[in-house]
Amino acid sequence: MQQREKRPFSFYILAAFFALFVLFLYGPMSAIFILSFQGPNGGLTFPLNGVSVHWFGNLFEKQAVGDFGASFSRSLLLGLMVMVSTVLVALLAGLAFRRRFLGGTPLFYLTIASLVVPSIIVSLGIGVLFQQIGFRPAWWTSGFGAHLTWTLPFGVLIMFAVFNRFSPSYEEAARDLGASPWQTFRHVLLPMIAPSLIGVGLFGFSLSYDEFARTLMTAGTFNTLPLEIYGMTTNVTTPVLYALGTVTTLFSFAVILLTLGIILLIRRKRARA
Amino acid sequence: MAVADQSIAVPTSKPKTRKTPLSFGRLASYLQSIPLCLILGFFLLLPILLLVFVSFWDYDFARMYPGFVFTNYVETLGSWVTWKTYLNTLKFAAIVWALTLFIGFWVAYFLAFHVRSATMQMVLFLVCTVPFLTSNIIRMISWIPVLGRNGLVNSTLVEMGVISQPIEWLLYSDFAVVLAMVHLFTLFMVTPIFNTLMRIDRSLIEAARDAGASAWQIMWNVILPLAKPGMAIGTIFVVTLVMADFSTVQVMSGGQSASVALMMKNQMSLLQYPAAAANAVVLLVLVLLLVGGILRIVDIRKEL
Repeated sequence: MQQREKRPFSFYILAAFFALFVLFLYGPMSAIFILSFQGPNGGLTFPLNGVSVHWFGNLFEKQAVGDFGASFSRSLLLGLMVMVSTVLVALLAGLAFRRRFLGGTPLFYLTIASLVVPSIIVSLGIGVLFQQIGFRPAWWTSGFGAHLTWTLPFGVLIMFAVFNRFSPSYEEAARDLGASPWQTFRHVLLPMIAPSLIGVGLFGFSLSYDEFARTLMTAGTFNTLPLEIYGMTTNVTTPVLYALGTVTTLFSFAVILLTLGIILLIRRKRARA
Repeated sequence: MAVADQSIAVPTSKPKTRKTPLSFGRLASYLQSIPLCLILGFFLLLPILLLVFVSFWDYDFARMYPGFVFTNYVETLGSWVTWKTYLNTLKFAAIVWALTLFIGFWVAYFLAFHVRSATMQMVLFLVCTVPFLTSNIIRMISWIPVLGRNGLVNSTLVEMGVISQPIEWLLYSDFAVVLAMVHLFTLFMVTPIFNTLMRIDRSLIEAARDAGASAWQIMWNVILPLAKPGMAIGTIFVVTLVMADFSTVQVMSGGQSASVALMMKNQMSLLQYPAAAANAVVLLVLVLLLVGGILRIVDIRKEL
């Protein structure tokens, strides 16, 4: 082994700064993780008054938190719908933008606009639009569209970044060997960008699963999970709120880990092949 | 674009502007961009255009009346409360921007230049990104047991004898709002800055060092100018997120502070949609001006 270069003093300062930042990111979250195991008589703050899973049990009683199960399944389904649409639409748009085309620049700026337009304006706009054309807003119509205005720009920008780094020589080689455009896409391009597409899917799902400003006026009669939680922040004064927070955060972590696992698996498989 | 339109309309006037007027590739591009076009057209462009119209409509407690009145703008812009709210929102944006830029830059700098193994870099970067993919509301309310009157910080300080009374302004104050926003939005600074820092050619830094530049000079004259695009993109994210925020302000200030979006949300809950629409238009113009200004510094398409 080569002798490692000595770390400069600034390294230690920055490392400490970084550690503080990570503590800042995760510290408060761990506070509610711990507090969700509060005993049955415990309150919203430390100290722990015994340790129990009382509040997790409480989650499944309707009178305590409203209908948690139903709003969770709505959010889950909506997240999956948004995920699939985001991947498909972003992939197609990414392919489109590999060539220059008339209207490409305005469309690009519209995509950027989708990212910067304040979420509440999107929410209000879609809400009023549905009201005016006489459609009832619902989470799977207006809510779905509102979420796409948030996930699509991320998807499209990621696909941009992917295709900017993608050498066309692979496709040229496939074409030279007699592959049809579809074969080139299916057997050359798609496998190479698959990990990025899974990443886009993760973004699509997670951003939708946690979104609530855009759902505010577009969810219709039935709440999604974040709306339910948002409502709870004002009227729930027991640790059941923390239990719910812990459960959905653990769910998000599980989704992230699963996705990373799949990406790693694909990479390993490819390295072996 | 004007030239292109002309060449389609009058093909004989400028036959050499394009080799193939509508090649397979270009047709494919059009088809592939249709879904994005339709979705953003219907769920972004159309609603915003409608809001511009609605902002001129009249309304009462029950419904809206299509028309062309300026009362919504006069009432909004003529009120001292509105101006104070806009100023307050801009104040939050400025403070949070400065803090996230500082923290984000040093975190990204540490990751890009001080972490040596690529695996470690990836792992630490993921550690920074994961909270972005979890619920904002949960991350926000997780400050309550930390900052509250009987929260972690106060009880620790009281026990240590640093203070005799719990500090009141930790929660439900502007301080809490800024803290929560920095907590929520710093990631949006870290990611783009990290991205640009990773693309800086390391030989530039070696060259600067060989030419006798001090560490400070390298930072100031080499790294910072090259990191500007990342900072600009991070700034766009952070500024627009703060300008659009209502939940953090509402929950963390305990109703004592206001933001434009929160004002809009209150108008919406009173069904005063035209008034909210007028605010939406003003806020949108403000945000687009800010973003337009930042985009003059950076070409996003080049940075991806």
